[in-house]
Amino acid sequence: MKRLREHLHVLQTTLSRLWLTPGASLLNMTIIGIALSLPVGTYVLLKSVQHLASSVAETPQISVFLDAGRRDPELRALRERLEANDRVSRVEFVSRDTALLQLQQSTGASDMVGDLPHNPLPDTFIIYPKSTDADAMEALHQELRSWQQFDHVQLDSAWVKKLDALLGLGRLATAILATTLSLALIAITFNTIRLQILTRRDEIEVSKLIGASDGFIRRPFLYFGLLQGLTGGIVAWLLVSASLWLLNGSLADLTQLYSSDFQLHTLSWPDSLALFAFSGYLGWLGAWFSVSQHLWQIEPR
Amino acid sequence: MIHFGQVYKRYPGGHEALQDVSFNIAQGEMVYLTGHSGAGKSTLLKLIAAIERPTSGSVLINGHNIRAIKREAIPALRRNIGLIFQDHKLLFDRSAFDNVLLPLQISGFDHREAAKRVRAALDKVGLLAREKANPIALSGGEQQRLCIARAIVSRPDILLADEPTGNLDAEYSAEILNIFRSFHQVGVTLLISTHDQSVLQRFPARALHLDHGMLQQGSAT
Repeated sequence: MKRLREHLHVLQTTLSRLWLTPGASLLNMTIIGIALSLPVGTYVLLKSVQHLASSVAETPQISVFLDAGRRDPELRALRERLEANDRVSRVEFVSRDTALLQLQQSTGASDMVGDLPHNPLPDTFIIYPKSTDADAMEALHQELRSWQQFDHVQLDSAWVKKLDALLGLGRLATAILATTLSLALIAITFNTIRLQILTRRDEIEVSKLIGASDGFIRRPFLYFGLLQGLTGGIVAWLLVSASLWLLNGSLADLTQLYSSDFQLHTLSWPDSLALFAFSGYLGWLGAWFSVSQHLWQIEPR
Repeated sequence: MIHFGQVYKRYPGGHEALQDVSFNIAQGEMVYLTGHSGAGKSTLLKLIAAIERPTSGSVLINGHNIRAIKREAIPALRRNIGLIFQDHKLLFDRSAFDNVLLPLQISGFDHREAAKRVRAALDKVGLLAREKANPIALSGGEQQRLCIARAIVSRPDILLADEPTGNLDAEYSAEILNIFRSFHQVGVTLLISTHDQSVLQRFPARALHLDHGMLQQGSAT
């Protein structure tokens, strides 16, 4: 109870200190907010793209397009042969009529499709391989290409793999960005607290003289760092959320033209809470470094 | 309560501030510390509050050995010592009330109980009416009394005063010494450093006289 009261008191005085220099506090929070919003924003964008990619191609597959004009018995024979292949797990047949119907439904091209004089689409086998690793896929791909009956064999996972690699690169870049800007946040807090310690030198000295423990002296500075980091995190959250809101607004106009409902993800609650916790922790850490660096230098004489 | 045994204090650079100083102060005693400026009075007080450590010899305060005291144990020691400084060391970013409140905040007092104690301490030094004033608006004598209020608010066993009447005229000095005497009467151990001989004549008590860092013969007992 006594402990809690002390902490509440420190929190109160820390808030009033923030309030005492509104200009400087606001500036610091904005700087921290902008620094954090960059990696957070890229993270959210990457997540949206990743989601898009995985919704388009959940499992890697191989599409086999047939020449036009194959008859049913021939198709059945082909299908049996494909299913007999021990690299193949499952075969799905999409007739050219079904394909046209799907095209009509799924994209915004219905008007255009209606205008076509005849169906330009081929019959297709969609082949789900047993093993999805790149080598096995490639081997199956090569094997199928050697079959005379097939017009074109397409490894659908190829572009997903490329996209995955690109996304991996993006994630790495975000991680590097996040690390450097986290260091910047720690540095900002370090300096803020350093200045505070200097201006509160008298108070620290007097407090030590009348029996304040190191913890007592350290506490308000740590709280200040924590609060500054946390509010910086909130600023970053607001910046990212506002930007996404704006982007989604104009994206809606664009995707409507493609009859898609693609939307950028907003920050989820777990992500938001993680952001707040992380920014608060970094602020605390910066303050802790600063305090352990500077506080011992102030000893009463 | 306070024991010095063959204490030497040498500052970096070779200045011998104290040489072979030995004395005892019993609980509840009121003792003057006299000597010219630079005789080592401030150093002696700093050793008691563990602001400095002796170069050799033993300083025992309330059972704590200052020479070997751990850094973490110093706050607890100081909470039991009221310090009164010549330059007051008041904080000008807060009211007189809040200045006196600081020691109680440090020891984690309940706010209402603390407020009562602060008002009692301010009343004792005659500053109750000025509790909202900023210390900078107070006169020299009032600032000194505020410093005393801060030193006594946590009811320490030992009060150390470094030249408490140094910059004050006779009337203010008498006021402050009367306050000290009232603490002496309730059993507080007092050590008051002064170079003002008139104080000793008006309020006689045992005196330790320092001369160039050495305790003058006969004053130790």
